[in-house]
Amino acid sequence: MASPRHSLRSPLGAVRGLGSAKDGTHHWWLQRVSAIALIPLTIWFVASLVVLAGSPYEVFIGWVAQPLVAVLLGLFVGVGFWHLKLGAQVVIEDYIHAESTKLIVSMLVNFATVVLGAAAIFSILKIAI
Amino acid sequence: MAQFERPLSPHLQVYRLPLTALASITHRATGVGLGFGTLLLTWWLVAAASGPETYATFQWFAGSIVGLIVLFGFTWALSFHLLNGLRHLFWDAGWGFDKQVSHKASVAVVAGSVALTVIVWLAAYIF
Repeated sequence: MASPRHSLRSPLGAVRGLGSAKDGTHHWWLQRVSAIALIPLTIWFVASLVVLAGSPYEVFIGWVAQPLVAVLLGLFVGVGFWHLKLGAQVVIEDYIHAESTKLIVSMLVNFATVVLGAAAIFSILKIAI
Repeated sequence: MAQFERPLSPHLQVYRLPLTALASITHRATGVGLGFGTLLLTWWLVAAASGPETYATFQWFAGSIVGLIVLFGFTWALSFHLLNGLRHLFWDAGWGFDKQVSHKASVAVVAGSVALTVIVWLAAYIF
């Protein structure tokens, strides 16, 4: 960065480091945090499905109903949809340039991830409780 | 201001993308694909919570040819996104930018994602 003497940026602005979008590295960082959380959750999820594949309804329900499984499944779904919302936002901002379309599509994606996430987590809770 | 026909970089029509670039755009494509795949994930959980009959409908779809192809594709997309995502995290830490290392890592990610998919499906049939 240019020396403070030549910079138009105020010392306070430089310390906050939020840039012109007023968001700094917040979005980028959350994408990484959710990605790291998803590594063990995904491995657990896929390994569980490998064991459960072909199981009858009762066996599957019994598996979801275990407290630890319900919590991990809820976290996998919740963090997964959060990660999807963050990722989809970047893709939309990169490829859609018309301001109105960009706004509508990103809003639809936000609504869809929240609705699907709520439906999935409610279903897990309904089975488990 | 006068308009100049400036060359675009990278010129996608004549420029052969290196494997790392192909892996990068595939990461994005698999991410979008997995995003649509969450419809299936949600259907599965909602069906299970709704009762045996509704779940049977989902199981019928999952066991059909179309369902199996979608699930197989989902497995590969998840494997690729997981492995290439790990590589992105290494990049974030400043590791693996060297041209040779980057190319080798791309090969490893592609081969690893295929291997992982096959292992998961073989294991699902064995266990």
